[in-house]
Amino acid sequence: MNTLTTKTVRVDALARVEGEGAFHVKVKDGQVEEAELRIYEPPRFFEAFLRGRSYAEAPDITARICGICPVAYQMSAVHAMEEIFGVKVEGPLRELRRLLYCGEWIESHVLHAFMLHAPDFLGYADAIQMAGDHPDLVTQALRIKKIGNDIVALLGGREIHPINVRVGGFYRVPKRREWHAIVEELKWAREAMVALVRWTGQLPFPAFEQEYEFVALRHPDEYPFNEGRLVSNRGLDIPIAAFEEFLIEEHVTHSTALHAHIKERANYFVGPLARYSLNFDRLSPLARDAALDSGLGVTCNNPFQSIVVRCVEALYAIDEALRILEGYTMPDAPAVPYEVCAGVGHGCTEAPRGILYHRYVVDEEGDIVAAKITPPTAQNQATIEADLRAFVEPRAQLPLNELTWQCEQAIRNYDPCISCSTHFLRVKIEKA
Amino acid sequence: MATKRKPRLAVWKFASCDGCQLSLLDCEHELLAVTGQVEIAYFLEASRAVMEGPYDVSLVEGSITTPGDAERIREIREASKFLVAIGACATAGGIQALRNFADVKEFAAAVYARPEVIDTLKRSSPIAEHVFVDFELRGCPISKHQLLEVVGAYLTGRKPNIPTHSVCMECKMRGTPCVMVAAGIACLGPVTQAGCGALCPAYGRGCYACFGPMETPNTTALAAWWRDELGVEPIDIKRALRTYNAGSESFRKESEAYEYADH
Repeated sequence: MNTLTTKTVRVDALARVEGEGAFHVKVKDGQVEEAELRIYEPPRFFEAFLRGRSYAEAPDITARICGICPVAYQMSAVHAMEEIFGVKVEGPLRELRRLLYCGEWIESHVLHAFMLHAPDFLGYADAIQMAGDHPDLVTQALRIKKIGNDIVALLGGREIHPINVRVGGFYRVPKRREWHAIVEELKWAREAMVALVRWTGQLPFPAFEQEYEFVALRHPDEYPFNEGRLVSNRGLDIPIAAFEEFLIEEHVTHSTALHAHIKERANYFVGPLARYSLNFDRLSPLARDAALDSGLGVTCNNPFQSIVVRCVEALYAIDEALRILEGYTMPDAPAVPYEVCAGVGHGCTEAPRGILYHRYVVDEEGDIVAAKITPPTAQNQATIEADLRAFVEPRAQLPLNELTWQCEQAIRNYDPCISCSTHFLRVKIEKA
Repeated sequence: MATKRKPRLAVWKFASCDGCQLSLLDCEHELLAVTGQVEIAYFLEASRAVMEGPYDVSLVEGSITTPGDAERIREIREASKFLVAIGACATAGGIQALRNFADVKEFAAAVYARPEVIDTLKRSSPIAEHVFVDFELRGCPISKHQLLEVVGAYLTGRKPNIPTHSVCMECKMRGTPCVMVAAGIACLGPVTQAGCGALCPAYGRGCYACFGPMETPNTTALAAWWRDELGVEPIDIKRALRTYNAGSESFRKESEAYEYADH
């Protein structure tokens, strides 16, 4: 008689993530045999069709990789091009770029925390169901999310695929008075967000502290958005241009996957937990206090608590947006001039989900010869799979329905953006 | 007495960036009102609750790029009373339709370490090439106001009120001076369908045709104007026509006149 027991936890179409993915975990005699996050989002070949396009088109074209974090794509693209042309965007224009990123972080983090992630902790299928029992919570979150979108819409022209970003700056910069309504809303949001950070701090978190190598940008003075060095909690400290030398995607022979790891070490972790744990001292005093008050330490190793960290970062973004707007002077010109030349440029900025790297080679006409894009979720895939293994093993006895939902939640901790990640992850197209 | 059931709304995704379906979640003020009127029967980006068909209205985002997806869209059509294609990917093939002008095998080899495992079609095609589509809502991304108009129209059994005139009309309505006439900036507004509110000209840049061709676009005349009056290089005309709506018939045909353009 066969006494071995095999259990497979699988979800063929993951919900409340961006893009199309699936996972399965196979447990045999209490041991995890396989844990796989599978991507069936079809490839779109951005790096191929960027060749031969003008450098000036890169911010708008790469924005179309992801409707959730287009600003991140635009920022990484313009910084890479500006490195090639030797352009420095400083003063009020630089502040406006930070402001645009604040808008995207607020919108993306609040969307994930309250529309996609919170329902897991409270046992609802979605935020719409949750709104039935917690109407004030959902209405407040939607109002804060809208403020993030309003910032992107005013400065970028629209919330999704903004039209106002270009190499050297913007096409048009708003006048001071155009910001009045947003400043008033931000003041309300700052208070509301402090309370929401506290609320998320009280959610029931499974004990799941893991040892991660966190990788994020670190800047001498600021919580990182656009600039800094790439650092880790295990000694990595490199300029952005060295990204590909130290953060490596390697072909795993038994599959089609490219798994990311740090040179001569293992997989790593990017995103809110990494940024927070490496840059706690760069948060605003209000955000630091709210974090500690909610029960977080100065680092956070439990990915289930990422919902709290996202809210702390959203609070920081609100605070930072207010700081920028209160000192706002309209720049003299919407962009700084530059001359096109041939070269290689690197851009790495902190998308809501973690570091997003672009590299371009352009010729003397400014036409793109080669492009490489590494989105955050692709870098996290190996870590997500490691989490699934570690999470399932001690919980293998749970009823299948419950375990399945908890595994989904363990994946949603990363706010995975599968639309972005298509071109690196294990691509397996479903046959009908 | 039996109560009338709420109409069922489904949201489907094919090759795309997720931005158009995100527009629904971006209706912050209207979201809870909408969900009060309809049953969200299938919307994976927002909910793990899934209802079986049939669906009253299906919103379809994304283009068809794999054999499996060409099958899946037929099943969705069969299960849907009304099917609305949303966004440039679903209505024209999207930016990924740039493969239609190239060799997709070479594309795959340029991006993937093992291109042989990539199962993809040579062309990226709009939904209407595969099944009957009740309405095509344009945009990259779509306008959330137009989305609410279309959903409202199908739920109440009327025709959606979506203008098909050019972006130029919106510039006039907004009071934006013509960027092409006044500032010599190349603009695709005269051949592009309205819907964005003439956003780019209001920010001092030329329209880049997110909403695809207007109802009767004279692309040849516009391209000649760009060339002769503004001194735009042929390669830049080709690039301008080959973006998010490159797969639309009028933009594709006009761009082919510039196929061999180079610096």
